[in-house]
Amino acid sequence: MNAHNPSGWRPEMGEGGNLDAVATTSGDRGLMLEEALIFELGAPGKCGVELDEPACDPVPGLARFLRKAPPALPGLTEPETVRHYTRLSRQNYAIDLGPFPLGSCTMKHNPRLNEKVARLPGFADLHPLAPQQTVRGALEVINQLAEWLITLTGMHGVAMTPKAGAHGELCGLLCIKAAIEARGEARSVILVPESAHGTNPATAAFAGFTVEAIPATAAGRVDLAALAARLGPDVAGVMITNPNTCGLFEREMKTISDAVHAAGGYVYCDGANFNAIVGRVRPGDLGIDAMHINLHKTFSTPHGGGGPGSGPVVLSEALCPFGPLPFTARTADGVVHLVEEEDAEAFGHAQAFGRMAAFHGQMGMFTRALAYILSHGADGLRQVAEDAVLNANYVLRSLEDVLSAPFAASGPCMHEALFSDDGLPEGFSTLDLAKGLIDEGFHPMTVYFPLVVHGAMLIEPTETESKAGLDRFIGSLRSLAERARASDPSLKTAPHLAPRRRLDETLAARKPVLVWKEAAAGG
Amino acid sequence: METDMRYLPLTSADRAEMLGVIGAASIDDLFADVPAAAQLDGPIAGLPGHASEMAVERHMAALAAKNVSAGAAPFFLGAGAYRHHVPASVDHLIQRGEFLTAYTPYQPEIAQGTLQVLFEFQTQVARLLGTDVANASMYDGSTACWEAVAMAGRITRRKRAVVSGGLHPHYLATMTTMARFTGDEIDARAPKLEAEPDDAALIAAIDGETSCVVVQYPDVLGRVPDLAAIAAAAQAQGALLIAVVTEPVALGLLEAPGNLGADIVVGEGQSLGVGLQFGGPYLGLFGCREKFLRQMPGRLCGQTVDADGKRGFVLTLSTREQHIRREKATSNICTNAGLCALAFSIHMTLLGGEGLARLARVNHATARKLADRLARVPGVGVVNNAYFNEFAVTLPEDAREVVRLLADRHVLGGVSLGRLYPGVNALANGLLLTATELTTDEDIEMLAIALEGVLA
Amino acid sequence: MSTYFTKDHEWIAVDGETGTVGITVYAQGQLGDITFVELPAVGREIKKGDDAAVVDSVKTAADVYSPASGIVIDGNAALTDAPELVNEDPEQGGWLFRIKLSDAGELAGLMDRAAYDAYVAEL
Repeated sequence: MNAHNPSGWRPEMGEGGNLDAVATTSGDRGLMLEEALIFELGAPGKCGVELDEPACDPVPGLARFLRKAPPALPGLTEPETVRHYTRLSRQNYAIDLGPFPLGSCTMKHNPRLNEKVARLPGFADLHPLAPQQTVRGALEVINQLAEWLITLTGMHGVAMTPKAGAHGELCGLLCIKAAIEARGEARSVILVPESAHGTNPATAAFAGFTVEAIPATAAGRVDLAALAARLGPDVAGVMITNPNTCGLFEREMKTISDAVHAAGGYVYCDGANFNAIVGRVRPGDLGIDAMHINLHKTFSTPHGGGGPGSGPVVLSEALCPFGPLPFTARTADGVVHLVEEEDAEAFGHAQAFGRMAAFHGQMGMFTRALAYILSHGADGLRQVAEDAVLNANYVLRSLEDVLSAPFAASGPCMHEALFSDDGLPEGFSTLDLAKGLIDEGFHPMTVYFPLVVHGAMLIEPTETESKAGLDRFIGSLRSLAERARASDPSLKTAPHLAPRRRLDETLAARKPVLVWKEAAAGG
Repeated sequence: METDMRYLPLTSADRAEMLGVIGAASIDDLFADVPAAAQLDGPIAGLPGHASEMAVERHMAALAAKNVSAGAAPFFLGAGAYRHHVPASVDHLIQRGEFLTAYTPYQPEIAQGTLQVLFEFQTQVARLLGTDVANASMYDGSTACWEAVAMAGRITRRKRAVVSGGLHPHYLATMTTMARFTGDEIDARAPKLEAEPDDAALIAAIDGETSCVVVQYPDVLGRVPDLAAIAAAAQAQGALLIAVVTEPVALGLLEAPGNLGADIVVGEGQSLGVGLQFGGPYLGLFGCREKFLRQMPGRLCGQTVDADGKRGFVLTLSTREQHIRREKATSNICTNAGLCALAFSIHMTLLGGEGLARLARVNHATARKLADRLARVPGVGVVNNAYFNEFAVTLPEDAREVVRLLADRHVLGGVSLGRLYPGVNALANGLLLTATELTTDEDIEMLAIALEGVLA
Repeated sequence: MSTYFTKDHEWIAVDGETGTVGITVYAQGQLGDITFVELPAVGREIKKGDDAAVVDSVKTAADVYSPASGIVIDGNAALTDAPELVNEDPEQGGWLFRIKLSDAGELAGLMDRAAYDAYVAEL
């Protein structure tokens, strides 16, 4: 036996009992890493990119525009750069780490095949204005995705250029506005349910409409009578989310659509929750005139810490002629064309309302979404909706005895389960449960939305959570509900185990520090 | 009917057990709220079923192979989208799951990675553009440009935007679309194929009703407008100057618009880190003077402290945004271009200020080589007095056809003005050409020879 | 000088032709920590019930409706650097703006202190 032990460490030494008492010189705590700002780490002269200094001087005409000094931007070498961003990444929660049950956000697994195909040089390294003869395959991708979206929704056409969900809403409302103008009418009001996502009223206002709220019934659905009573010659249309933000299917959707159409208006559907019904229900069968599809939700393009998104808009026959430019179209010879301003008329699209952005939309998202759709196929997409709804109902029924579920009695939910803060003891809030989940190693659910439920907690597990994963999450949330019932004070100050404790948002808003300055450093 | 698939973790046994917990006889019970008439009996007819990873990759690769990628031919396109070298570490880092598969940082305690990146990004952008502050990014340059016009309207309470003839026509089209619905007036000059931008005509159009003057820098033909003079003229009438930068690498060589008096500076950030991607996703840059902060659209990240007094970051000033203000928000924008902002920020960190300046000098020197070589091709005339990495030439014939013929010879020979301005005869013979650090001497020679052949 | 109150929790203190407007203790408590106040421009003509100011907290933005019609003659400049004054002293130092009243008769429709206190007690 060799008894030599140069390190002197013995297993029984273990770790200190009270971790809070362990002070470190570096500020790091094991794998919990602190990271300075690049402005504190780098220097303007440092560089991780090698370039040879050119031999020639600027053209004489440029002399008076030259900057006097390089921008004051710090540089880092490659090893320092990789370390900086890798260390920062470890302060983030992500789907890859565990459930991310943000209601209405649809945080599902992002298949890595989609990342791989989006990076093929034949897609990623194409210029948007390259001659059409050199980009037929890319146009084919856009067109194939467009055809799938039309078929899955049972609609007449699709505008592919909107760059995110809210941009898609804008596209749909501009189609409605253009259609009304073409009829020689001036309808100025858009009706939006109280439970709508904030982008709905904001978009309607941004598009130049007046917004009026319509109430919900006690059962969490649009108040059909109130809606019908408000319809009239000044109403351009309604914006309805279906399934709605309470996680419920609007049973009367077709009746609502018929009433709106009869009154001369159009029906916009916020398709943020299309993932609950894809493959089982076609919005076109419900009388919808326009609906955006968040490719980053239903079709799983990565959220990337807040974008980029992509929001194609499917359109009814009535609105299709007004959709934006450019778009793709397949001619009888099988060739897919990019239709821009000059060809709009030849392709029967003379009434197009114009361009919403430069170029043809979020190509990088189209390749990913198409790969996702092809992987699942018609059968798999239907299964996606069914498993998403099954998982949400499992969560609903597994928690309704410890958390108040305001609409549980009105039947099954769709893809997300809604709870309220009703029944939590005095002094304990939705926020405390959310922050407690962080200590449990989960991302919290959506909180305080929709606005129609007090202290709302909206949980969307998605179909890519396993039953075992859901059981762990449910177990944690049950224990937190019980700790709240027992008025456990430590819950009020959670999280305790995250890279940061609760942050002072009041200070951030009162004295905004939005860029790093030498003087503002430290802290 | 159930399908076992690689992306769906539930087993048939799980599903049965869970239905039992719920108290449902079948999955159809959970869709009971959907009227029967609207329900499909099974998978939508006529569409293919699920496919293996191999099969999907084969399908997508076949489509990719139908395209001529920029790296596969001598390449000279720009006009709002630029091909630059992106260091390998950029793509590696943005594919870390903690960045790629995170959401908007609404729970700041477990999103400090994303938030600190946004704070660093805002600072980098503000310093690059020469503005006091910058936001956490917009969809792209064209939409950022409209948002700036809308913001200037809110600040000045005026409805008339005066637009330079040098603004990218797609940016103008985006603005025109929106203005038609909001009632704003867009007073745009016609583009002219001349050596210098017509700053005097632009200045003459500014009056006491003007909310803003929109000027691209360098402009769509690569020329450089005198921002300082335009800023002074705009501000004398109480209007704001909005500078639009579609090629941020230019700011390594040219003075920052904010330092020349621009009130709002917007841009397309795609050049750094993002790549061409056939037009998207791209990255809208947006900076302005601090006094206009509350009128800014888009997300903002701010510094604060946590309960232990440690520095941390949060999304802030969100009362401007749609989720709080609803119909009174500054914009309907919800998302930003987070992952593209990360790519931009990493690339900018790898370059640093001096690296960016050197990159800009290399771009300009390469463009100069290109201009000098093309000037020796019979029939080709370089238009610009000044340019950064992009300039216009005139050809003896319709440039659109020339671009097609060049593509037949496997050369991606620029963007014709006919493509950008269809039907404008005065511009039909104009061609825009761009050179970057990726353009080699051989590429330039191949273009010159091909052009000689096409024009012969 | 008399002070009147609205159901939307604004107060107006009237001194001759001048009315000073703010939000009540109850209102600031509902809003939480106030982070920013947007005041009407001096010289602006406002009607009773118009959106005259905006009071922001971290998660909400509340419109302040003018309790009476008139022309704005002053705004509380101290709030620019210290919006927290609206939390700390809403009915004195945290006033928002002053107007020159155009129709003193409008005040008759407002509540006095006792009526307002009773109204709040019912909420």
